[in-house]
Amino acid sequence: MFQPRSIQSSLSFKDKLFSIDYVLVVSILILGIVSMIAMYSTDGGEFKYHTESHILRFFVFFLMFFILSFVQIRFWHNTSYLIYIVFLTLLIGVKYFGLTSSGSQRWLNFYFMNLQPSELMKIGLILFLAKYYHRVSIENVNRIKFLFLPIFVLIFPVLLVVMQPDLGTSILIAAGGLVVAWLAGVRVKFFVYSMLIFIALLPIAISFLKPYQKSRILTFLNPEKDPLGAGYQIIQSKIAIGSGGLFGKGFLNGSQSYLDYLPEKHTDFIFTLFSEEFGFFGSVFILLLYGVIVSRIVKIGNITRSNFGKLYCYSFATAFFIYVIVNMGMVLGLLPIVGSPLPIMSYGGSSMMAIMLGLGIAMSCKVYKDMPVN
Amino acid sequence: MLSSGSGNTVIKSKLISRRMFLLSVSKAVVVVGVLGRLISLQINESSKYKTLSDKNRFREWKLAPERGIIKDYFNEEIASNQQVYQIHLIPENTQSIEEVFFRLKTILNITDKKIFSLRKKIAKQKPWEPIIVSDNLNWSEFSRINLFLHELQGVEPIVSVARVYKDSSSAHALGYVSQVSAKDLKNKKYLKDMSVPGIAVGKTGLERRLDQEIIGEVGFQRYEVNAFGKRIKQIKVDPGKAGKSFKTTLDLEVQRHVTEILGDKAASVCVMDIYNGDIVSLVSSPSYDPNAFVHGIDRDYWNSLIKNERKPLTNKAVSGLYPPGSTIKTLVALSALENKIIRPLDTVRCKGKIELFGEKFHCWKKKGHGIMNMRTGIKRSCDVYFYEVARRLGVDRLSETAKKFGLGKKVLQDFSEERSGVVPSTSWKKKYIGQNWYLGETLHSGIGQGYFQSTPIQLCLMTAQIANGGFEIKPRILFDKTKNNLKEYLKFKNENPGQPLPADLLVSNFDLKPLFKNQENIKIIKDAMYSSSNEPGGTSYRSRLEDKRFTFAGKTGSSQIRKFTEEQREAEVKQEQLKYENRDHALFIAFAPVSDPKYAISVVVEHGGTGSKAAAPIAKKVIKKVLERHSLRQSIRNLPGDPI
Repeated sequence: MFQPRSIQSSLSFKDKLFSIDYVLVVSILILGIVSMIAMYSTDGGEFKYHTESHILRFFVFFLMFFILSFVQIRFWHNTSYLIYIVFLTLLIGVKYFGLTSSGSQRWLNFYFMNLQPSELMKIGLILFLAKYYHRVSIENVNRIKFLFLPIFVLIFPVLLVVMQPDLGTSILIAAGGLVVAWLAGVRVKFFVYSMLIFIALLPIAISFLKPYQKSRILTFLNPEKDPLGAGYQIIQSKIAIGSGGLFGKGFLNGSQSYLDYLPEKHTDFIFTLFSEEFGFFGSVFILLLYGVIVSRIVKIGNITRSNFGKLYCYSFATAFFIYVIVNMGMVLGLLPIVGSPLPIMSYGGSSMMAIMLGLGIAMSCKVYKDMPVN
Repeated sequence: MLSSGSGNTVIKSKLISRRMFLLSVSKAVVVVGVLGRLISLQINESSKYKTLSDKNRFREWKLAPERGIIKDYFNEEIASNQQVYQIHLIPENTQSIEEVFFRLKTILNITDKKIFSLRKKIAKQKPWEPIIVSDNLNWSEFSRINLFLHELQGVEPIVSVARVYKDSSSAHALGYVSQVSAKDLKNKKYLKDMSVPGIAVGKTGLERRLDQEIIGEVGFQRYEVNAFGKRIKQIKVDPGKAGKSFKTTLDLEVQRHVTEILGDKAASVCVMDIYNGDIVSLVSSPSYDPNAFVHGIDRDYWNSLIKNERKPLTNKAVSGLYPPGSTIKTLVALSALENKIIRPLDTVRCKGKIELFGEKFHCWKKKGHGIMNMRTGIKRSCDVYFYEVARRLGVDRLSETAKKFGLGKKVLQDFSEERSGVVPSTSWKKKYIGQNWYLGETLHSGIGQGYFQSTPIQLCLMTAQIANGGFEIKPRILFDKTKNNLKEYLKFKNENPGQPLPADLLVSNFDLKPLFKNQENIKIIKDAMYSSSNEPGGTSYRSRLEDKRFTFAGKTGSSQIRKFTEEQREAEVKQEQLKYENRDHALFIAFAPVSDPKYAISVVVEHGGTGSKAAAPIAKKVIKKVLERHSLRQSIRNLPGDPI
């Protein structure tokens, strides 16, 4: 056990620099540039507020990602509970000091940015559970006693986010947590049981939903029923993507977004805009980029020696994949509109920050792949 | 609790990898699903979504086309278009429709009632479709709106064109236009794609008949609009096509003159060229203001038109039905001559009445006319003479002649409101009334009473066809410059004075249809009509025109509304003493000038009393005017390169 540790500890900066996964870095950079192009288009072909702040954020958080890559994996392991608690505290803080915008209370105002702790919690929960299951022995994983804590750390933030209300983010937080538990070996039956309990509780949960959330779910089931009301977003998004065709309408020529038919084009529907302007090939290109990113993170998981690192990388890669798929499924009309950003592409500082944080931790798993965590 | 030993760690690591593999497989499946969806949207259904996207992007505003112009024979515009100032409102462009209404109310004089109806209209249509708040503003109102325009978001001042009629003299012939009604949309196919705010359709008269051609083609402005309906840029403008213009055979000057003469009498005048059937004048009175309908008629004015017992909205010249009265005597006599029932000089003694079939038949002259032959019978309009002629002739032979000369069927195809009238016969009565013909009814028919019903234009056509020597003509109100066969024939006749003219030659060479068996009979009738107007004792002698250029030959008539009671007859009650609605209709038919007939005229004055007193004096004035303008009309006829 001493040997690898000393090897890892004695890595020179040059060694570290070389052990960075440059395919991943370049993919992220390309995605960043693509996102800037898309943002430039949402601003109608001008450098306006959205484009400028998106570019700034990307580079700031990309730098953060790069720096975090050199933080030892042991650090992440040691501080993961703390990180979770910090994020949870922020989330509780939202309930009391949060900013309310368009009917939901999601943000904390720091003087340099409005922080959305629920985005950070996506990473926080994965970190917490990765450490937890790293430490729990394989015989104990499926003991009821050892299920209480994971259930609590999952349910608590999810409920806080649901109450904001922010259905989309809460689902994505929960998804990340469940993935860790699944990878750690929690039996299928527990998932089935919790699913059944969830379904049983669903009617009660629905009664707590805001009317707009209810209508969103109904709308998903039949968007054409109310084309000017709740189904509007799905229909317009499908029109935009479909009308893009094979090659797209061309950069800055997306009439659906340019003429404001597309809602939320900076955030949730940024893929729609890109897809309208660059067509099927553009869409596949984006899909490929995300595929590369996800598979590179999985690959890091494969070569990382510690189970903490494996659990984290696999879970984060899967969660990242889920974020992408939920967003695309949503804009393609395959899933209800729940409000989930597309990683890196969508406008939004907290999301960018959380993703870069997650990527940074994954990259440190690569750099310190042989370092044991305890 | 802590993992003990590396063996355990390895097992755990393997478990994690195994489960990760399962996750990766399901990820691949999901990616394939998303890819499939992309293919379906962007490749398979792309064209559908492209159309939908264009539907979003482009919005078209239809433009009302300019209606064609209707001109008179001298190319004077009777129905034309004028610039109008309108206020349109696009509801979705307003910030608050209430505020806009409030502001408009203060700037213009808009009633609450109007606003209520506008609100109802807005609720029915799409928010981006403009509605017309006010379609005919005067200049000062319009400029006031423009002054306040910055406060009136969604309001658009529009300069448009709308129908305008020079005067009301031709109101019945032209008809009027008004806003499209739901019924119009249902009944008229061509209007289906023309739902343009502000488009007007012809409701009656020629406006209705010509509507499809005169209305033009709708244009459009295509704009790219954003999601809020705001116009971003204009993509294409198609101004549409103005409707076709039409030239009529009417003479506006005569129309005006006639209208002036008729005043507010319930009457009608019809003047026709006896050779080509051109209708020179077609006036029904009292008239109405057709311009009042263009921008939506005022309720009070509408009510006053509806309630007026002289029925200003009815085109009496084509849809008024009157017993022809004594004017039919021309045809009764002609029919008798043609059928060789009676010779012109055969006499009948009139004692004021005769008794036949157990019924008393009175002559209009209580004392009787004495001995009458055909000429004097027509001249003095002796009823007893015609009772006798009719008795011998029989109703079926009379009916045949009457139909030949144009009674009992529609004269023009241009008026949906035209009526065909009735020419009674034994079979007609059997069919429509279900009874056998009584011989007494033949006598009533012989003086144009009983079941006989005719329109003024039919009487005019009848007169024209007598006047032109007994040839069929096809009356027309729309100008037609194809050559006229009857004229050609007359030219031929003038150039070859000595030649006999067998009827079959007429038919084959000039495509003319003679209505007579022996043209001499026509001459006899024309001569009798001459005597009626120009010899002392003639019923319209008092209205004669002595100037040779204008001398006309005519026949009076009065159609009974109510049978005189014996007491009234004894007391020799005059028409003027009766209540208005009980007075006889006064009729007069004539052709002029006698020396070389050119025009036929019919005048009907409802409840005018007698034809000689009420109708003939009107005809006299009209004939003079028409003949005065004859050479002018002739000269315009030969103008080369007529625009229409």
